[in-house]
Amino acid sequence: MLLHDTAIIFGRYARQTLASKFQILFGVLMPLLYLLFFGPLLTDLPLSSSAGSWQVLVPGLLLQLGLFGASFAGFGIIVEKNLGVIERMRATPVSRLALLLGRVLRDALLLAFQAVLLVLTAYVMGLRAPLVGILIGFAFVGLLSVSLASLSYALALTVRTPQEFGPVVNAVTLPAMLLSGLMLPMTLGPAWLDVLSHFVPLRYLVDAVRAAYVGDYASTPMLYGVLAALALCAVSVTLGTRQFRRAGA
Amino acid sequence: MAIISTAGLARTFTTKRGTVEAVRGIDLTVEPGEILGFLGPNGAGKTTTLRMLTTLLPPTGGAATVAGHDLARDPAGVRRRIGYVAQSGGVDPNVSVREELVTQARLYRLGKTEAAARAEELARDLDLTGLLDRKCAALSGGQRRRLDIAMALTHRPEVLFLDEPTTGLDPAGRADLWDLVRRLRDAYGTTVFLTTHYLDEADALADRLVIVDRGVVVAEGTPGALKLRHGGSPDATLQDTFLAITGRTPAAPADPAPVAV
Ligand SMILES: Nc1ncnc2c1ncn2[C@@H]1O[C@H](COP(=O)(O)OP(=O)(O)O)[C@@H](O)[C@H]1O
Ligand SMILES: [Mg+2]
Repeated sequence: MLLHDTAIIFGRYARQTLASKFQILFGVLMPLLYLLFFGPLLTDLPLSSSAGSWQVLVPGLLLQLGLFGASFAGFGIIVEKNLGVIERMRATPVSRLALLLGRVLRDALLLAFQAVLLVLTAYVMGLRAPLVGILIGFAFVGLLSVSLASLSYALALTVRTPQEFGPVVNAVTLPAMLLSGLMLPMTLGPAWLDVLSHFVPLRYLVDAVRAAYVGDYASTPMLYGVLAALALCAVSVTLGTRQFRRAGA
Repeated sequence: MAIISTAGLARTFTTKRGTVEAVRGIDLTVEPGEILGFLGPNGAGKTTTLRMLTTLLPPTGGAATVAGHDLARDPAGVRRRIGYVAQSGGVDPNVSVREELVTQARLYRLGKTEAAARAEELARDLDLTGLLDRKCAALSGGQRRRLDIAMALTHRPEVLFLDEPTTGLDPAGRADLWDLVRRLRDAYGTTVFLTTHYLDEADALADRLVIVDRGVVVAEGTPGALKLRHGGSPDATLQDTFLAITGRTPAAPADPAPVAV
């Protein structure tokens, strides 16, 4: 039943996304701009002893795409909630977990598609990385998207207006971006910043994808990244499902 | 045997400005095939009671059985047997009527072809056939309400809950809706639990009334019996009867637009 219900919910929102070509491409615009205008600045900088600068930058841009793309996923559900669509669905026997999963899978798939576009562009600009590493990178984007979209829906179901939602999301995503070393590796900075950044779960995902991009699969950063991503995902999906169970209560 | 029975059903909300006792202990029973009018002024706790009976809101006190299933222990069982139309409806204006009906049927676990067939059938029954491929936004108020009800009837529920179903409709739309509710009961034996603050609606449509005020039941009976008991004679208006029971009229003359709660 969970699979059936998830497929129904996924189908409904996937059709809405496909109807809006603009939405499909718009999300990839920001990381693409970074790639085009920020990437060339780094080409000759010694960011890492073992990796080219594209191998450092692209993992960061991929997770940045996931971070911003998924964190705002909840916006649409505020409108749906005010229209009564959520209550109408909750009055049916549909699985509460499916109400969440159907939506976040749509989000994760959209972001994975945008991630592929990003990597293809990066390849044209000079990125060279092992295929397995690139695929691992997509998996991390998927997990991060599922997690953050779940949290975003959970938050959106507790607020009444989009005006209450936006500031909270900004207050979380911006520090997360700065403190996780998305743009430049944290090891380049002073020790206190590096220490602080270890309290941001996203940091471990970034390090893991950077390790994957240089073929360093059996490494500590990879282990920590997988653990952090799975833990974040479990907590977020649990919180999100709980909100669908008692939305508006 | 009663199809709905509640005992001390209560709900308190905790808000920033303190606690609100929206429903303070409702005891009622509804018989199968009955049209029950749940009547009360704005803020009496009608919507809150309905949201509890439809499993959308957990009660903070009391218990209830709906269509043979305990509200607390078996909410999924309740959901399979009831239909619910919220005061503000529940369709997405940007989605087509057909898509809403088919998706709803799929959520009630109908197969693909069954769901498509059920959508056609509901559209025929509720006079929406020509509108299936329109966006919900393109429907009139009366058509929207019929769509909301069609969605709630997808799985042929034993009990249909309607929250202020005629608020915002013109007189012709209201008359149509009354006909529809009577037709449902006569053709399928559906039990209808509807809230209203319109006295004429309660009078014309309901077999029996439960009058609530400030979260409790203040009177209960057929419209005729209530008029006799509280209004003084069977010819008393329900308006006078209501005034005698609660000390005020159910809706202020300038009734504000319905607000979703
Ligand atoms: N989610 C909520 N949070 C806080 N108070 C609420 C909530 N829902 C309803 N109330 C309050 O409970 C009371 C009863 O509301 P409601 O059940 O909507 O009444 P009715 O449907 O009879 O107009 C009102 O005072 C209302 O403000
Ligand atoms: Mg109400």
